[in-house]
Amino acid sequence: MELKEKLVSSFMAFENMVDIDSPIHDIRTEAIKNFETEGFPSKRQEAWKYTSLNSVLKHDYSVFPKHEKALEYSDVKRYFIHEIDTYKIVFIDGKYSSHLSQTTHDGIDVCLMSAALSKPKYRLIIENYFNKIAPKDGLSSLNTAFSAEGAYIHIPKNKLVTKPIQIVHFSTGNEAALMVQPRNLVVVDENSHVQIIERHQSLTDNPVLTNSVTEIFANKRAIVDYYKIQNDRESASLIDNTFINQKQESIAKVHTFSFGGKLTRNNLNFYQNGERLDSTMKGITIIGNKQHVDHNTLVHHIEPNCESHQDYKGIFNDSATGVFNGKVIVEKDAQKTNAFQANNNILISDKASINTKPQLEIFADDVKCSHGCTIGQLDESAMFYLRSRGIPEKEARALLMFAFSNNVLGSVKIPEIKSRITKIIASKLGVNIGFDL
Amino acid sequence: MLKINNLHASVEDKAILKGINLDVKPGEVHAIMGPNGSGKSTLASVIAGKEEYEVEEGEILLEGENIDELGPEERAHKGVFLSFQYPVEIPGVSVTNFMKTAINETRKAKGLEDMPANEMLKMIREKSEMLEIDRKFLSRSLNEGFSGGEKKRNEIFQMAMLEPRLAILDETDSGLDIDALRIVANGVNKLKSKDNAVIVITHYQRLLDYIVPDYVHVLHDGKIVKSGSAALAHELEAKGYDWIKEEVNA
Repeated sequence: MELKEKLVSSFMAFENMVDIDSPIHDIRTEAIKNFETEGFPSKRQEAWKYTSLNSVLKHDYSVFPKHEKALEYSDVKRYFIHEIDTYKIVFIDGKYSSHLSQTTHDGIDVCLMSAALSKPKYRLIIENYFNKIAPKDGLSSLNTAFSAEGAYIHIPKNKLVTKPIQIVHFSTGNEAALMVQPRNLVVVDENSHVQIIERHQSLTDNPVLTNSVTEIFANKRAIVDYYKIQNDRESASLIDNTFINQKQESIAKVHTFSFGGKLTRNNLNFYQNGERLDSTMKGITIIGNKQHVDHNTLVHHIEPNCESHQDYKGIFNDSATGVFNGKVIVEKDAQKTNAFQANNNILISDKASINTKPQLEIFADDVKCSHGCTIGQLDESAMFYLRSRGIPEKEARALLMFAFSNNVLGSVKIPEIKSRITKIIASKLGVNIGFDL
Repeated sequence: MLKINNLHASVEDKAILKGINLDVKPGEVHAIMGPNGSGKSTLASVIAGKEEYEVEEGEILLEGENIDELGPEERAHKGVFLSFQYPVEIPGVSVTNFMKTAINETRKAKGLEDMPANEMLKMIREKSEMLEIDRKFLSRSLNEGFSGGEKKRNEIFQMAMLEPRLAILDETDSGLDIDALRIVANGVNKLKSKDNAVIVITHYQRLLDYIVPDYVHVLHDGKIVKSGSAALAHELEAKGYDWIKEEVNA
């Protein structure tokens, strides 16, 4: 059976399994109808022109993992930013692991989506925020239809949450092939500040497909720092759909570090519903073999005096392929918008490729918008210069590539993340030099 | 130390060096002069191991070993240093960390441990003071936005840090004002010893007032057509290069 049919026909069983009286029952039912109509995206759609899901959809995924397999923290510690104290919301094969998690209800709510969906005290937040900004395309609808588990984070106003929150999904290989659909909701109220780290990690080479939806609401003057560490095995694929709604004077930053996975698609949308706010998205992509990473971004400038900054660096080796599709819409009322977009790429191998496409739709007349895309190779004269100083070819190459992606790390506020990413980059580039640059 | 026998080299099938012979012994300073396009910079790059140059004939011996097959980094590990005529800008890599990487990779190649951080810092302080380099300058990205003079001074700073056995200064004087020239020349002179050697490549005699050569060679059309003492440099300064060309063509 095709995956689409399998999913549609599983929906009834799913609804019976979860709480049928759930406040989002109607939303789910509508969503599955949407998915039935829309299906999975195909290359005929403009936004999917360079990314085909065919090779990912062909597996016979189990969509309801049978039971949780226990994991010991010591075995998976290295996948956490373990050097610092953090809240943790951890899932194993799509199921919540209380053993590995550290949640809280002490002034803030860092807990499970399933709890938020079932307990009356969360009802108002769910009603006000759940599925309010996720679009109605096939993949988001599919996730909405099956949304039951994920992270629920609500920071009431005037809270500075000093401990970062880690959302980690493990897949254990318990199933021959596994599809998971995490659903996260993050609501940050006035003047509050939160830092979130998200990671998906497969522990075996069994195929895994994750179709995740995260809705983030940054209310007035809220600050949200979101870090996505994508360094999974090359048997795992990830479709990450993240939607951010910002109110006035809020600051939302998303850093996406893409090093692993077979196919990774990041749909990242910012909606600016307030004045004087700032949206930032930055990314480093370093991939090889036949890996594929597609960044599909949208910034919707709706109100005046707002800023957006995009800076994505990509390094592609072997037969790796990359896509950057960055859309910036500036509405008529969004005067004095300052929108900046850059996508710079290095192709190391003749077989690697990148398709980069900036799209600016500007309807206001007093704005500053800039964009630039570059695709190049490593500078041979720089290579000779470094080598003539005794730095071997491989290290020289790595140093130049690190220097190329370095400025994206400048805005990472948690030093432990910075040093972790630096280490991943060094190992990805196959060198053992400290890039404490 | 360095012996070059009948060296022919070309780039993209265009012959540039057409039979160079040169013998540099420890403790010596050799100046290579010559008009534009005579092959001076090519000679420097070929000795340092730039791969786009093809050695067609002859050999370069360093301490008696043929280095033709060695990459630029291996030559550097054996003590060859080239001060670039046009140092390359490398955004994102600071001068200090570049030096750390270069020194530790060189030590690694020799089977040594990394240089301890405090030793490294002390060395950086000493050498930068010697070349009157502002400390702030060291945390800037390598050569990015440096003036011509700053780039050249930074080259000599790297030379001081790496302590090469054979230093080749390719047009180090170009772009330097008189004060910077003096500082750079002083730096080079302080680094000179009976164990190392310097090849100064220059178009003008100016630098040779400060770094006094033991031998002066004139390069013309890919060959050394005349060699002499420091006096030859003065003669070239006074008379230009045309008389040499006439002598060769006669």
